[in-house]
Amino acid sequence: MPLYPHRHLLALQGLEPPYIAELLDLAESYALLNRGGKTQRDVLRGLTLINLFFEDSTRTRTSFELAGKRLGADVINMSVSTSSVNKGETLLDTASTLNAMKTDLLVIRHAQSGAPALLSQKVDAAVINAGDGTHEHPTQALLDALTIRRRKGTLENLTVAICGDVLHSRVARSNIHLLLAMNCRVRVVGPPTLLPSEVEALGVEVFHDMRAGIKDADVVMMLRLQKERMAGGLVPSAREFFRFYGLDGAKLKLAKPDAIVMHPGPMNRGVEIDSAVADDPARSVIGEQVEMGVAVRMAVLDILSQNSRRNAR
Amino acid sequence: MSTLLLDNARLVCPATGRDAPGRLLVQDGRIAGLDGSGAPEGATVLDCGGHVLAPGLIDLRATLGEPGHEHRETIESAAEAAAAGGITTLCALPDSEPALDDPAPLQFILRRGEMTGTLTILPYGAATRGCAGKEMTEFGLLREAGAVAFTDGTRAIADARTMRLALSYARAFGTFIVQHPEEPSLARNASATEGEMATRMGLPSVPAAAEAMMVARDIALARLTKGHVHFAHVSTSAALDLIRAAKAEGLRVTCDTAPPYFDLNETAIGDFRTYAKLSPPLRREEDRLSVIAALRDGTIDAIASDHQPRDADDKRVPFAQAEAGGAGLATLLGVTVARYHGGDLTLMRALELLTSAPARLLGLEAGRLAPGAPADLVLFAPDRGWKVEAGKLPGKAQNSPFDGRALEGKVLGTWKAGRRVFG
Repeated sequence: MPLYPHRHLLALQGLEPPYIAELLDLAESYALLNRGGKTQRDVLRGLTLINLFFEDSTRTRTSFELAGKRLGADVINMSVSTSSVNKGETLLDTASTLNAMKTDLLVIRHAQSGAPALLSQKVDAAVINAGDGTHEHPTQALLDALTIRRRKGTLENLTVAICGDVLHSRVARSNIHLLLAMNCRVRVVGPPTLLPSEVEALGVEVFHDMRAGIKDADVVMMLRLQKERMAGGLVPSAREFFRFYGLDGAKLKLAKPDAIVMHPGPMNRGVEIDSAVADDPARSVIGEQVEMGVAVRMAVLDILSQNSRRNAR
Repeated sequence: MSTLLLDNARLVCPATGRDAPGRLLVQDGRIAGLDGSGAPEGATVLDCGGHVLAPGLIDLRATLGEPGHEHRETIESAAEAAAAGGITTLCALPDSEPALDDPAPLQFILRRGEMTGTLTILPYGAATRGCAGKEMTEFGLLREAGAVAFTDGTRAIADARTMRLALSYARAFGTFIVQHPEEPSLARNASATEGEMATRMGLPSVPAAAEAMMVARDIALARLTKGHVHFAHVSTSAALDLIRAAKAEGLRVTCDTAPPYFDLNETAIGDFRTYAKLSPPLRREEDRLSVIAALRDGTIDAIASDHQPRDADDKRVPFAQAEAGGAGLATLLGVTVARYHGGDLTLMRALELLTSAPARLLGLEAGRLAPGAPADLVLFAPDRGWKVEAGKLPGKAQNSPFDGRALEGKVLGTWKAGRRVFG
């Protein structure tokens, strides 16, 4: 019987370490199974999983789709273009439609912070937040944590530098909550225009100098810089950003010799990360992150479906 | 000739400082006497049970929904909510559709208010055409038509030159400009106050300083023009410090606040509660405490409901997409009286902020218990408890930021010009 007590997975803020460990342990076992080639299981047989994506994300959607299929669920993808969903009634209309279809698991990606939380109040299905606005992206942080744990042998007491556009990053927020819960030392690194107000109140250290920020770090986690941030004047140019905040070999030398480099993808090579670093098998774990994504999502779907079945009884 | 004797009441009148047991006589819509001496035979006598009888509340700031947004609220439904809240006079914002930038729609509001028979509605004139912030409206003609003062409602008059001209020109007509104090370029797309809470929730936010910046600018313009600027729903410590200093300097600067800003702080938006999404957004606890201190020391002149009706479709959406605004008519008295129960204000001061102070600001004869004054009255039990429940509030708008709040201070009866309109 799972420990994880919630019906949904909406955020990592406030999630206790034992529940995080439980999700990661189960994900680890799925990772091993996947590597062993025994991918097909039937723990979700007879259940319907809908991927409801209001924002494009081939990577995350495919990862959830694979996870669901490997566990035997019937998986349906619904892409809803943002332009047709200017009014939120559509979101709640969608909720009632999904209820009528007797969906069991609902994965939602939405451009607005809090949209999955709103939907979770209106649907019978277990809701998994696959990224909402600039709020959270819980499964990304879990897959990052699993990757780190596999490489470092532990999640505890590591120094992790999260670099770049923290302001707009739901990945950063979820990672901050998770890593702090696991007693890591978390640094956020970026220009003041790309760091959220009072981010230090979350318990992180703030660095505007990337060299100081990644010095002696065990993990250097890069974030994607959206091109429109440059158009919006938050940074003057891509070349200036790369010079001061892009991860290249010279800057990476300041981190611990065995430091790993992470990126949630898709990468802007030459903007936030240099290709030589991104493709360095000794340092970059970006490929492994993608692999762990499927395992983590399998674990989340498994545990939430067990909770749903138990609640239904 | 109709005569009503309100017997066995605790008469509380901030305008005269009276707080004593007594009786109040009403004749032909006006207060005929206090203490009831000379009550004519045949007068209707009502036992007030020792509860507080005070002047009807004067609400400085409310949006009515009509014209243009009748699905949110109509004048009739707003009047129902106002009566239940003890409000007998209400100033309506002009940023309706169409905006009240011409005498005709303004007179329409006045007439519709009279038709309710329960509420005096005093419309603000739009300060600029279409409340668009560019060209000044005809202050003189609008004033003649009944405009109580001028504002662009929920929109800040952002252009400094336009504000300067408005403050200057308004002086000629003995009126003032009400400003929504928020620097709009900083507030663009924002739905929360910048800080830890907004960062955790991943919400677009506006720094609290956006309020003080606009207040500082407009104080400078008031000094320049000798005009009278009134700041609506002030919510931050920094803005209040500037207003306090401007008043000490002798400038014509006044302000109000609204119940959410002294009863709630930003934690009320947790779990993405859209009913607590307001404009300006809810602030930190330190700011809430500063608002209370300013209510006590007189920096804040009045409390307004800042009623902003919204319907379910406006609020049942993701937080950043939700419309800002909260319903406030029915809870105005109860939430204000909570500060009396909390020991922050005397009952006299709490009622002053809702009655005589706004009356003085607007130059009204209402807002006092005195012979000859209109018999606009509220009877309430300051200690009687009730719970705010969205869905069960009077009127159409149910979007109360106080949903679930237990309050003490229940309205038992409201009289408009001597006629009982609630209770």
